[in-house]
Amino acid sequence: MTNTHPWNQMTTRSQTTIHGPILELRKLTRTFGALTAVNNIDLEIAEGEFFTIVGPSGSGKTTMLRMLAGMEQATSGDILLRGKRINDVPANRRPTCMVFQSLALFPHRSVGQNIEFPMKIRGVDPAKRRERAIQLMNQLRLPENYYGKNVTKCSGGERQRVALARALAYDPEILFFDEPLSAIDYKLRKTLEKELKDIHRETGKTFVYITHSLEEAMVMSDRIGVMQAGRLIQVGTPNQIYSTPTNRFVSEFIGDVNVVAVRIGPNGKLVADEFGAAFSVPKIPTGFTNGHLVVRPEFVRFLGAGDTADNRLTGRVYNEYALGSRIQYQVRVGEAVFIVEKLRQQAFTGNLDDEVAIGWNGSDSILVSD
Amino acid sequence: MALLRSPGPRNAIPLMLLMVIGFAAPLLAVIGFSVVPARTFSLWQLPTLENYAAVFSGTNYISFVYSLVFAAITVLILAVICYPVALGLVRVFGKWSMFMSLLFTIPLFVSENVRLYGWVLFFIKNGVLLGTLKQLGIEPESWLFTQSIILFGMVYVYLPFMLFPMTLGISMVPKETRDAAFDLGATRWQVFREVDLPLSMPGITIGFLLSFVLAVGAIAEAKVLGGQRIIPVTHDIEIAFTYAQNWPLGSALSVLLMLVVGVLVLAVLRRFDLDTILGKK
Repeated sequence: MTNTHPWNQMTTRSQTTIHGPILELRKLTRTFGALTAVNNIDLEIAEGEFFTIVGPSGSGKTTMLRMLAGMEQATSGDILLRGKRINDVPANRRPTCMVFQSLALFPHRSVGQNIEFPMKIRGVDPAKRRERAIQLMNQLRLPENYYGKNVTKCSGGERQRVALARALAYDPEILFFDEPLSAIDYKLRKTLEKELKDIHRETGKTFVYITHSLEEAMVMSDRIGVMQAGRLIQVGTPNQIYSTPTNRFVSEFIGDVNVVAVRIGPNGKLVADEFGAAFSVPKIPTGFTNGHLVVRPEFVRFLGAGDTADNRLTGRVYNEYALGSRIQYQVRVGEAVFIVEKLRQQAFTGNLDDEVAIGWNGSDSILVSD
Repeated sequence: MALLRSPGPRNAIPLMLLMVIGFAAPLLAVIGFSVVPARTFSLWQLPTLENYAAVFSGTNYISFVYSLVFAAITVLILAVICYPVALGLVRVFGKWSMFMSLLFTIPLFVSENVRLYGWVLFFIKNGVLLGTLKQLGIEPESWLFTQSIILFGMVYVYLPFMLFPMTLGISMVPKETRDAAFDLGATRWQVFREVDLPLSMPGITIGFLLSFVLAVGAIAEAKVLGGQRIIPVTHDIEIAFTYAQNWPLGSALSVLLMLVVGVLVLAVLRRFDLDTILGKK
């Protein structure tokens, strides 16, 4: 849990210059009857930051975002924009704008009219409106001849861009995103994630994004907040979330991971009953009695003769799965399963059912106390 | 014919013939009779337009105007009443709003004449209303047999036909689209004008057309509540076919009515291309 973890030693290449917080949440709470959807959240979001809130459905992230956008009233707590309390400012008077999950484009309007909507509302004259709309269309790689096209005739990716252009036309200080990419197929989603991050750099605006996919959050965010059952359980950079999850829930949230139940043994070592083995980590926090040891599959090595590792298991390779550039192996140690991932170039050369030794360094694992 | 080789259309032939005969035959008969000499009863004569000329040279055109004007006023009153009601139903009952607006159609299970006579009993001298007022020492004139009670009756009878499509139209406006407009800076009024109204337009249009077409054909309200204070065109048609024994005149009036209503409906539907409004195609 210290900074010896290799992921922490990597540089964070975020372009964000940290200013003061643009948005501040103080003990923000929202209840619906007996249900506490958002529970006592404190958070500061820096100006120009790409902040993502991740959580499974029902974790309260949409309710939280709707409160920030002004479409839902907070039960208690404060929302501060540049230090000013905005709880009672309605959505149409907040300098923020939301891109909805359904995109909520105006189906009876053309691409151009959709983008111009916020400017039309503000009374900008038609020529200027059009000029800005075309400018946004160029920025978002929408062909100019789409100006008069009906939005309902656009493809999924094009509609995403129209929705984003319309939000940018409002010239908001903060842009909110409510899972806008969740209904898009994998390949296009990957492209749009990167495009969105590029747009974030170009505009320098604060983006607050919510998603149920930590993987998606990792790609785009400067910082990530993980929500579980209405609470914000961890806030950190993608690297921090990945390498030092504060609990089992966060550790299991991304990809496949080995989570091994451990307890403190008589000799001060960690005993994993499931594997009938003892594991070591650099430091066990004082007061730790039992919990889980988290080992990312890419940190597990196949050990050849003479190779050493802090922790070692012997099992047999039951199956292998190709994951693009990597290959995942299911290694069975007795009844228990351990997963190992290797780059294609470092693939396991033996046969299935071969007996193998696997191992990892204590510093490559994380101990969580729940 | 290639069409007849595939089993679907071939098997549909008997039903299609039945439909053609059922729908087209009465129409064709009326059109045919509208061009035979007045007060004759055979189709096989030289065609003439004298019946159409008679409509405009006589007094029949007055009933035409009555029917169209009363129908138009009815539709406008209905729009003013039904839009807020439909809006309220959708906001309060959400996905149940369609069911709620269906409840308004329950009176349709009782014959229109029976319901109208109910109103007669309510409004007639010494009836429910005036009889009660008389006990209190107030004796106003009866409202029956006036033009305004004919309108009242028409609004009463055709209300479900405006309310149901309007509720459907309003409930089709997605909440997120309204939220988005509001979030983009629109005031409540601008959200209504820019999102609610145009997106619920298909329902409004259908409500207008449906209630107008039905109201143009109204006859019982003028007869029962209005005491024949005005004669709508439908009443003229009925007289021509029955007492007057002038089928050709009745047919000419019917054809003219169909033409006027048909042209109007087509014009409105062309103006509001439903597919574009609904965002389809």
